[in-house]
Amino acid sequence: MPQIFHKILLVLSLMAATLAQAQLSIEITGAGANRIPVAIANFTGDAAAAQVVTSTVRADLERSGLFKLVDPGGATLDENAQINFGDWKGRGADALAAGSLARGGDGRMEARFRLYDTQKQVALGGAVFVTGNDQLRAAGHRIADYIYEKLTGEKGVFSTRIAYVVKTGGQFRLHIADADGQGAATALSSSEPIISPVWSPDGSKLAYVSFEKKKPVIYVHSLASGQRQVVANFKGSNSAPAWSPDGRRLAIVLSKDGNSQIYLVNADGTGVQRLTQSAGIDTEPRYSADGGTIYFTSDRGGSPQIYRMGANGGDAQRVTFDGSYNVSPRPSADGKSLAFITRRDGRFQLAVMDLASKQVQVLTDSHKDESPSFAPNSRMILIATEIGGRGVLSAVSSDGRIKQRLSISAGDVREPAWGPFIQ
Amino acid sequence: MKKLLIPALLSALIVGCSSTPVDETSGAPVESRSGSGVTPVTAGGLDSRGLPRELTDPKSVLSQRSIYFDLDKYEVKDEYRDLVGAHAKYLVANRGFKMLIQGNTDERGSREYNLSLGQKRSDAVKRSLIMLGAKEDQVESVSLGEEKPKNAGHDEAAWADNRRADMLYKAPDGRGEF
Repeated sequence: MPQIFHKILLVLSLMAATLAQAQLSIEITGAGANRIPVAIANFTGDAAAAQVVTSTVRADLERSGLFKLVDPGGATLDENAQINFGDWKGRGADALAAGSLARGGDGRMEARFRLYDTQKQVALGGAVFVTGNDQLRAAGHRIADYIYEKLTGEKGVFSTRIAYVVKTGGQFRLHIADADGQGAATALSSSEPIISPVWSPDGSKLAYVSFEKKKPVIYVHSLASGQRQVVANFKGSNSAPAWSPDGRRLAIVLSKDGNSQIYLVNADGTGVQRLTQSAGIDTEPRYSADGGTIYFTSDRGGSPQIYRMGANGGDAQRVTFDGSYNVSPRPSADGKSLAFITRRDGRFQLAVMDLASKQVQVLTDSHKDESPSFAPNSRMILIATEIGGRGVLSAVSSDGRIKQRLSISAGDVREPAWGPFIQ
Repeated sequence: MKKLLIPALLSALIVGCSSTPVDETSGAPVESRSGSGVTPVTAGGLDSRGLPRELTDPKSVLSQRSIYFDLDKYEVKDEYRDLVGAHAKYLVANRGFKMLIQGNTDERGSREYNLSLGQKRSDAVKRSLIMLGAKEDQVESVSLGEEKPKNAGHDEAAWADNRRADMLYKAPDGRGEF
């Protein structure tokens, strides 16, 4: 028995070692102007477990750029402790979280915490998350989401996941990781390119384009089972999948009838129906959050620009007008803005359009931004960009103020896709 | 030794200095001369691999397989009219041969848009060949977008190399693509 246990331990530590190499490292290169000062006390109970949880909470809040972490000065407080509000106000904290880690009857860990407003001297609420020992960081993300929502009024995205493609030498790997880049797992390895991953609305599947059949073919891949299904493999190219918000259909791009045109297909690959009828290129379809509109890229006006049409096709209206290259439209989940890539003076940069005012703001000063992807709370946009000749991911707040860079030591990172809220 | 080096150096110079696309033939003589200095010849118009010498001999116009495009463009430029014409003529005279056209783009901009742009480029070459007599089922056009750059560089010269459609033949016995 002990031998088996040791073997399992060995395997686990080997896995941890391989994962560490494939881990994204995060660097924060900008922060919000008015950060909320918040203190996270050390939680009571199992010290090692509590440390994992509190350090995850602190790192999440810090990374968001919206909070300033106040040093708790070694204070260890559980969720029922008497709070000396004056003391915490004195340290400069507007909010304080305290909590505990305890092993439940079934061997799982229970993380309890309470959040306080030190100005009003009241508890803002609390929660308990039950988790396995290996899921302590997930509990930390949940707590950070709770604190984020209570203090900013918006839902947090610390518990969400991201997908991206890593190219190392001639090898392509589709990775799934936590939003902080930790816990990366490989969903697919291939010696041929993998592009355009998109999450199903329920977060259980990814659609993407793989060149493993020596040409672009669209797959739907169930993450838990690893089961893959070909959704479109017609003559020519099959690419640019986009889920309808109800998860039942995909807008895709096929060149089977000549030019790249937009089609609809059921998520199981049946019922292909053509949506656009143009003489040029129509590609990169994306549904608006309400499902009523499809944004897409077309060169029908002579240069690649962003257009929109009803979800069942029909007349299209041009959306972008500045410059000769505006591509990769991504409507935000709150319906207010549209992220896209614009070419300015030969540089490819992330831009955001306020859909009500049509005002466009360029958010980066980089030269090779690609593949924007909104966080499900619409506050951050994940992009692929290039720094020092290497592909990295960058997260930029939709006001351009907060910037984080996610890079991987061993390869080029590209094609990011931010997953939906965890249900 | 000297005799071997000079053509090799010349070719290297041509490749090195040129910022405009260089077709693959300028590299080929170096390869064939650097070994024994003897190019094997098989009688009957076939090369050592049994493929038509007309298609593979670097001196033959049909060994030129690449058509280069301007930025954001997918029109076949006039300077390639003769080359496309020669290939169309071969396909008309050799109905058993098929052709695969791979469209490529440089690395800049959207991967998905580039996939469509590469398709437009290969389609444009295909359309020209068919207008000149090639049969629809003889020619297939596909796109590799920006995913398979021939030139791994990140400068204007590399980008020009990669804005390209390649014509690959498939022999009647199924051998290809060459």
